[in-house]
Order: sequence, then C-alpha cells, then structure tokens
Amino acid sequence: MRSQSLLRRIDGALIWPMVRKEFLQIRRDRLTLAMLIVIPAMYLVLFGYAVQSEVRHVPTVVYDESHTPESRHLVETMAQTQNFAIVGVVRSRQELATTIQLGRARAAIVVPPDFARSLKTGHVAHVQVIIDAADPMQSAAALSGARLAALVLPAKLDPASARHTPVIDVSVRPWYNPALRSSTYIVPGICGLLLTLSLGVIMAMAIVKEREEGTLEQLIVTPISKTSMLLGKMIPFVLIGYIQLTNVLILGKLFFNVPFRGSLLALYAIAGVFIAANLGVGLLISALSQTQNQAQQLATLMLIPSMLLSGFVFPREAMPVAAQWVGALVPLTYFLDATRGILLRGASFQALWRDVLVLSLMAAGTLALSINRFSKTAS
Amino acid sequence: MTDAISTQSLTRRFGTYMAVDKLDLQIPRGQVFGLLGPNGSGKTTTIRMLCGLLAPTSGAASVAGFDVLHDTDALRLHIGYMSQRFGLYPDLTVRENLRFYASLYGVSGSTGAARCDAVLHELGLIERASQLVGQLSGGWKQRVALACATAHKPPVLFLDEPTAGVDPAARRRFWQTIYTLAECGTTVIVTTHYMDEAERCQRIAFLSRGRLIAIGTPDEVTREFGQETIEDVFISLQRRDEGVLT
Ligand SMILES: Nc1ncnc2c1ncn2[C@@H]1O[C@H](COP(=O)(O)OP(=O)(O)OP(=O)(O)O)[C@@H](O)[C@H]1O
Ligand SMILES: [Mg+2]
Repeated sequence: MRSQSLLRRIDGALIWPMVRKEFLQIRRDRLTLAMLIVIPAMYLVLFGYAVQSEVRHVPTVVYDESHTPESRHLVETMAQTQNFAIVGVVRSRQELATTIQLGRARAAIVVPPDFARSLKTGHVAHVQVIIDAADPMQSAAALSGARLAALVLPAKLDPASARHTPVIDVSVRPWYNPALRSSTYIVPGICGLLLTLSLGVIMAMAIVKEREEGTLEQLIVTPISKTSMLLGKMIPFVLIGYIQLTNVLILGKLFFNVPFRGSLLALYAIAGVFIAANLGVGLLISALSQTQNQAQQLATLMLIPSMLLSGFVFPREAMPVAAQWVGALVPLTYFLDATRGILLRGASFQALWRDVLVLSLMAAGTLALSINRFSKTAS
Repeated sequence: MTDAISTQSLTRRFGTYMAVDKLDLQIPRGQVFGLLGPNGSGKTTTIRMLCGLLAPTSGAASVAGFDVLHDTDALRLHIGYMSQRFGLYPDLTVRENLRFYASLYGVSGSTGAARCDAVLHELGLIERASQLVGQLSGGWKQRVALACATAHKPPVLFLDEPTAGVDPAARRRFWQTIYTLAECGTTVIVTTHYMDEAERCQRIAFLSRGRLIAIGTPDEVTREFGQETIEDVFISLQRRDEGVLT
C-alpha cells in the first residue's frame, strides 16, 4: 500500500524531468527553433501581402434603373470615395453580368427603380453593389467605398434624417468569393494554419524519433507512466504553439493592422484547446507510425483537409455537404471560426462556446485514444 | 528471502516462432548471472519479459518480488535495464542523460546531482560529462548507458551485451563495476558473447532456440558437458543443436 502511494506521488513529479529534457533537446535543435521563428513571418508575408495593399479606383459600371437626381447623386458620392472609378453605364442585368465576366469592370452599382421614391417616403432605399470578389483587394475596397457612400449620402440629401437609422441600405453581393477574403481576414487564419502545420508534425516526430533510437524502450522501463511521459513531451510544444501564435499576432498587428476587437485572453484560452487538439493528432500519428518517414507522410496527409476544407482558403458554405462534413472533423475549422469571431467581430468567449466545446472534445479524444494505443504498442 | 528472479514456464511466441520456450529460472539475490547462447536464442526476449517490456505468451515470472505482468509499475522502481541498443539521447550530454534517467527514478535535486557525480567518477566518465553522447565512441556510450542503468541503485540489474565493442581495459573496468554492485547486494543478469566474461559469472545458463539447455556454475557446466572451457561447451552445444536440425 505504501509503495502504491509512493508510486503515484513520484509519478506526478516525473512530468517535469521529461519537460526539462524536452526543452534541452529543443534548445539544441537550432533548425527547428529557427523554423519556429521564421515560418510565422514567412507565412504572414506570403498570405498577408498576397491579399494586402489598398486598392482604389475599382473599375465600376452603373446600372441605374431609377434615373433620378437622387440616384445620380448616389453614384457621384460613391465615385467621390475614390474607391470606385465609373467606367461606364449598362442597360440590363445581362449586360452587367457579361461586363464583369469579361473583366471590363470589377464592380457594379445597381440602383433599383424605386430608389428615389423610397427615400422620399421615408422607406429604406436599397442599393446593390455587385463585386467580382475573386480579387479580395478590390472587393474590400469596393465594399468600404459603398458603405461610406451609404453613410454620407443621406446627410447630404437631407441633413435632418441623418440621425435616424441608415435610410440607404447597401447590400453587397460578392461574386466568386462570397466570403470576401482580405488580409485582416487572412491573418487569423494564418495563426491557425501555422499551428496545425507545425505542432502535429513536431509532436509526432518527437515521439517516433524516440522509438527509432531506442530511447522509448528505455523510458518505458523507468517508473514514469505513459500518461506522464506523453504529457511531459507535450507541454513544451504547447509553449511553442503559444510563442508562434504570439508571433503571428504581433506581426499581423504591425504589418496588417489586424483589429483586435475581442478579448485576447479568450483567444489564448481557445488557442490552448486548439493546440492540445493538434498535439493530440500528432500523438495519434506517432502511435500509428513506426518510422519518422511514415509519421511525416501521415502528417502531410492529415494536413490536406485542414488546408482545403477548414475555410482557410475556400468558404465552407460554398462546399458540397460531404466536404463540409470532412471539414467538420478538422480542429482548424473551429479555431478559424473562433479567432475570426474574436479578432474581427469582437465576439465574446461565451458566444464561441460551441467551438471551444468541439475543440476540447477533440483534444480529449485524441489524447485518450493515443495514450490507449500507445500502451498497446509498447508491450 | 525469496529469489531475486524466478520464472515458471516463461514462454514467448512471435507468430509461430518460439523465441523463449518454457523457461524455468531461479536466481538468488546478489548473484552475477550470465545468460549465454547463440544469436537469436532468446536472451534479449527473456530480459525484455523480465523488465515488463514484453508480455509473456504464457508462464509467469517475478522479479525483485514483483510479478512482471501484474505488478509492472512497482517492478520498474526496482530494476535497471541496459538494453542492447542502449537508449541514450545523442543530443544530450553525458551528464544530462544521466540526470534525466536518474530523475525518472526520483533521484533528483541536490542528492541526485551528488549521486550522478559519484557514478560519473566510478565509471571514469567525469571528464566527458559535458560531451554530447552522439559524439562519443561506442565503448564510451556503453559506459554512459551503464551509468544510466545504475544511478538509482536498482536491486536487480539487467545488462544486455554491455561489453559488445568495448576495449579490453574498459571491459575489465566494467566487470569491476559489476562485482562491486553485486557485493552491495545487486543481482546482475548479464548476457555476453565473450566466454572469458562467462567464466566470471557465478552462475550461467545456456539458451538455445529459446530453450534452457544447461545451468550451473561455469565449472559445473563445463564438467557436465565434458569440455575444457565454456567456449568449448558453447561450440559443442551449437554443433549438437545444428546436428539435431539437419
Ligand atoms: N518483436 C519481435 N517480433 C518478431 N520476432 C522477434 C521479435 N523480437 C525477437 N524476435 C525473434 O526472436 C528470436 C530471439 O531473439 P532475441 O533478440 O531474444 O535473441 P538474442 O538471444 O538476444 O540474440 P542476440 O545474441 O543476437 O542478441 C529471434 O529469432 C528474433 O528474430
Ligand atoms: Mg540480444
């Protein structure tokens, strides 16, 4: 009995030698360390600048069905924002569509016939801005231009009404890229993608390397329990994950002025479960592979759904149902939703409980499964 | 006092291959016990079962009073294992490796540091303490592995070919260490392909194709087989074994 409680006491403390050893090894591994610093910057530049830089003078056609002074005023106001450059007038929806398809214009302002009447009778006047959103820079510019005009115009037309709710409603219909990527939108995604890319692989490699070199067998003979052993190996990588996250956030703030609308604390809390889930996936990979090569290949395979189906590049809403389902199995999907919510919309931790719950379940599930699998491969 | 190691019909099969076949061994405490046999005769497999690394297919074994199958956790506190592949971290220094393994047995803090230094001195490793293990030659690595397996003063120590590739002077030193440990009450189970080392064991067991075919003091075994030396026994046994096959 005494030896039992002694065992348990020792074991809790055994995590720390494991953690210390792991840090020693990471410190010596200059390449990995460099990658952890360089990769975030590289990703940010690659993805961030690719969709950055402010675009003005988006070539725009006007489809004015109202033909009133008010509608002309609206178009003028929009042009004044400098975000639109009016390049022509179209006379039908058909013509509008072909103009955008042929690339003669990137945006269209559509003023419906009842525009002036609605304004005069105090109803909400609708304006539609159609954007060829395949180019995120242009669409972002068009979007902000249209919103600005909608804000400014009522006051110009009738200063008294400006206090009320916006009377001009600009609905934006992005074509081709309904999710409207922009650099601020991409940066939160990079946080998640980066963590997914690096953590699973590093974790899996760290364990498979021990198996290959025979140190794993040596560890198993020591009194450390499998759980402590795996947790001890994980903890340093949690820290690394946080360092990477912080890197990207700082760079994102400095270079792309990503808004931090919500609570950073909430973001870091969610990142914790997300990191754990990714490390869990890494552990699973290590349980399934015998060599570092196999682990590398498995990890790459697991990355593909994260890249394509998580909503990082393509909006999930536009995907076939099957793809959505696969995407739902990927931790990144939930982390993207959460970070975008926090950073861009200022969503609270409570509003994101669903993401947190799913990520926690994924973390717990992968961990439990790999600890279980691990004990089997060991004996 | 019970034996340090006792096995009853310990058996391990890999597929249809009998790696260890109904092994019965009794090893008293404080003995230096040699496990001999040709390549693939089941020495490593036996040791791995006794360390709780490999589950026996059938049979039972207890080491230091703990059942290898059911009492694995307690067992691990009481054994040291130097594997044939000596599991050391090449990217850690000699001292870091030693401190790490010692701390996993609760030998940590300032007592751990003192103990590790003592072991480094004993094995002549102190000058190399800050060297990365990956940069050491094979024989030196072996010494580090021995240090790691003994830092926590285990009552039962398993050494799987500890002196393979070690120069004669270092081998002598190795054996001095082994005797010192045994005098302090450690039971040492050692495998080797060097017959001069076999002569130094208090008792030896011959394995062939997973079966125990001879056991006793080196003198007893030599006499039993009517040979001059252990090496002659080894070769004659192997010849007999091959003869049985063909
Ligand atoms: N994990 C395993 N899976 C399948 N077969 C195995 C496994 N481990 C060992 N064997 C087989 O069991 C037999 C005994 O191997 P073992 O390693 O115990 O021999 P040994 O006496 O230690 O040999 P050596 O002197 O070469 O170290 C060998 O034929 C080996 O191929
Ligand atoms: Mg062997």
